[in-house]
Amino acid sequence: MSELLLKVRDLMIEGRSDETWNPIINGCSFDLNKGEVLGMIGESGAGKSTVGLAAMGFTRDGCRISGGTVEFDGIDLVNASAAVKRGLLGKRIAYVAQSAAASFNPAHRLIDQHTEGPVQHGVMPREESQEDAMELYRRLRLPNPEEIGFRYPHQVSGGQLQRAMTAMAMACRPDLIIFDEPTTALDVTTQIEVLASIRDIVEQFNTAAIYITHDLAVVAQMADKIKVLLKGDEVEEADTRTMLSDPQEEYTKSLWAVRSFQRPTKPAVPADAVPVVSVKNVSAAYGKVPVLFDVSFDIHAGRTVAVVGESGSGKSTAARCITGLLPPTSGVIEFDGEPIPADYRSRTKMQLRQAQMIYQMADTALNPRKTIGEIIGRPVQFYMGLTGSAKRKRVDELLNEIELEPSQYFHRLPSELSGGQKQRVGIARALAAEPKFIICDEVTSALDQLVAEGILKLLAKLQDELGLSYMFITHDLATVRSIADEVVVMKDGRVVEAGPKKEMFTPPHHAYTDLLLSSVPEMDPDWLTNLLDARGVDNIGDAAVGKM
Amino acid sequence: MSTWLSILIAFPVMAGVAWVFRFAGQSATSNKPFFRDMPFGVAFGYVVAAVAILLAFKIYFIDQVLFFRWAMQGLIIFTVSAFLFRLLGRLVGTAGSRKLFRSMPLTAAFGVMIVLAYAILAIFAPVFAPYGEEQVFAAANTLPGGDPATGGDPAHLLGTDQIGRDLMSRLIYGARNTVGIAFATTCLAFFIGGSLGFLAATIGGWLDQVLSRAVDVLMAIPALIFALLLMTIASAWSVKLGIPLTIFMILIIAIIDSTRVYRLARAVGVNIVVMDYIEAAKLRGEGLTYLIFREILPNATAPLLAEFGLRFCFVFLTIASLSFLGVGIQPPLADWGTMVRDLAQFINFAQFSPLTAALPILAAGAIALLTVAVNFIVDWMLQKSSGLKE
Repeated sequence: MSELLLKVRDLMIEGRSDETWNPIINGCSFDLNKGEVLGMIGESGAGKSTVGLAAMGFTRDGCRISGGTVEFDGIDLVNASAAVKRGLLGKRIAYVAQSAAASFNPAHRLIDQHTEGPVQHGVMPREESQEDAMELYRRLRLPNPEEIGFRYPHQVSGGQLQRAMTAMAMACRPDLIIFDEPTTALDVTTQIEVLASIRDIVEQFNTAAIYITHDLAVVAQMADKIKVLLKGDEVEEADTRTMLSDPQEEYTKSLWAVRSFQRPTKPAVPADAVPVVSVKNVSAAYGKVPVLFDVSFDIHAGRTVAVVGESGSGKSTAARCITGLLPPTSGVIEFDGEPIPADYRSRTKMQLRQAQMIYQMADTALNPRKTIGEIIGRPVQFYMGLTGSAKRKRVDELLNEIELEPSQYFHRLPSELSGGQKQRVGIARALAAEPKFIICDEVTSALDQLVAEGILKLLAKLQDELGLSYMFITHDLATVRSIADEVVVMKDGRVVEAGPKKEMFTPPHHAYTDLLLSSVPEMDPDWLTNLLDARGVDNIGDAAVGKM
Repeated sequence: MSTWLSILIAFPVMAGVAWVFRFAGQSATSNKPFFRDMPFGVAFGYVVAAVAILLAFKIYFIDQVLFFRWAMQGLIIFTVSAFLFRLLGRLVGTAGSRKLFRSMPLTAAFGVMIVLAYAILAIFAPVFAPYGEEQVFAAANTLPGGDPATGGDPAHLLGTDQIGRDLMSRLIYGARNTVGIAFATTCLAFFIGGSLGFLAATIGGWLDQVLSRAVDVLMAIPALIFALLLMTIASAWSVKLGIPLTIFMILIIAIIDSTRVYRLARAVGVNIVVMDYIEAAKLRGEGLTYLIFREILPNATAPLLAEFGLRFCFVFLTIASLSFLGVGIQPPLADWGTMVRDLAQFINFAQFSPLTAALPILAAGAIALLTVAVNFIVDWMLQKSSGLKE
């Protein structure tokens, strides 16, 4: 019954940089039968997306297929002419991109973009395709399937957009869909809806799929078999259950073991201790729109407070209030028991020095035109007044602290560093001010799991050495489990629940905390099925939140 | 009529040749992607280019087209010297400079050579010019070429203008006046527009509103007409105050053009100001000067440089147009805009002496060539800086 659809053999891809061709993929082979889902995992830069695109006979600008074959249903895609590929892409092979918000054309309605493919390929006329779109929206459990297609992309939520994009990929009933990290940009609670929808529809139409992701737990729910890539090399391939229970290669085992990092529980804070930072009854608004309502929490010396919640829950806004970027409408921020000015412009240099920030996107947090030495050296000079060789010495110390070799990195630009290294430089810049308190705003969410673990270990080490306090903003509960001492759960600008980590992770929970906790994918391939059964199929995501 | 007919026939013929060319390429290379995926339009382009080169060869050997011949010779000489220049840069120098030259396209090297040639001519004008820019000769001879057999004067290679001034000398001095003033004006426009634009982007609020609306008002008035108006007023003032009109011209054009620079600097600045590294610098307590010059400016250089190249050309053309209209650089100073205007009347003599009628092309060509050369260099810089980001 299994009929071979896609055959990739010894695929080699090269990319052009600095006038030479460098190998990106060094020989990758796999088969895909009709109706089968292949999960492709690896760190960023492993070549997952490149292989995924090559399965469509396509390479990004500056790349070329230098060897091997890609055979789709007997058609050689590597040597096929542009005209032959045009006939296949969109009709028999479809692609779902990571960011649906960036991939939809904001100037056209969803349904107009949906019908373009079928009409262009002559599969069905526009009216029929519109009917079909509504049917697909219904099957993907989008709200108001008759009406939602007539909205513009900015009028629907991120998770809905991602489902609309899956519907669009289904428009011509393709034989193969390539999903390139379709849920990476979504919240855990939204992710579940999209995962469930994708899995259902792929099953219903017996479509083959390549599912690219860096999240093992996600791929375990979706794929029939898994392929692991590392820096352009194949590591191993096996069916999902074998792969999860019995990985063969060292690298795969290290991927599986990555979430093991855990810090020892610290003794309780004495009742009379003065918190380093204290947020007292803070409310804040952007213009006239209120976003924070009466938020209070304390951060004690040498402790990590994790603030969790979905996007839009006010976690980052709380941080902006502490740094003084957004003066609160009411309430006070206290450092060491002393209230400080609400606006950062009225704060003294000393007060500014005390609280430093590490950002989510290291790419935008480091000035791309400055060398690492300049970036770290500036706060050293600005706050400590060091210049010349004293400054250089301090920067070298800081670079050693973040485990980057000073002689090698001092003169580099941020673009010459990997994502994890950039994040380390961001940490060094914060440390250079010798602060007591650091706000970490989603510092690991843009990083691969192995790299993220390295950053978490580094932060923990620095905390033990220097007695720093962290406010750790994240939506990833696994990170909370490994690093936090106390947890604050936020929703819609309010603190829902707060307390020591141990209490938070043991039932009974607040209903919202429970939803968050149960939405984190687990490595068990039956997890999604069981969860949906437990919640009731019609009751996922939005519905579950709305009920509370 | 037959010219039109032959052009009409030439197109279908070229289209046919293009199809044959592509087909032949496909069969000869056994369907290599280059020929396989070649659209018909591209094949047609190749054929048209080939025909154009053949035509250029033919025209080169006609006697009357002296200027075309010179242009072709100049093109070949500059291309070869640009190639050698780039080769030299790749072989000599530090690792960094060699890498710079490796990434340099030939067009950019060509642009650099042209700009260098202009700069040398402008700086050492008295050395290169055979005569003074204001020197009038009794024997005016407007025929270029300097060939006595056809009636030219060997003492004046490009001939003289209608009142007997040597054209070659005036062209060389014109480079000094026109390019020098344009460069000063552009720098001033960038200084004003750039600093105000970044200031508006960083501070925002009412300052941004006031500056932006003021710029809107200035931009609403057509630039050339506005400049003309102001220049007319300024010419009265310059007599009263004893300040040269050129100073007024630099100021007026700089202010009018700084509105465009302001717009760009503000737009680029607003995008940079929202970056996290600017927030980090603000939270560190950095002052405005540091923010603008050390954090924002380095990231805005690429678009600003590109704009500088374009703006320079526009300023240059504005000066030439003002001079052409009679309110710009005043005679007897040599200036290309004025030269185009003065020589334009020779077009009437096209039937009797095509070479004389083509004289205005000399000054116009000098303007066009510099414009193209500057843009070649700017394109290269843009490509380099955008490549760095990835």
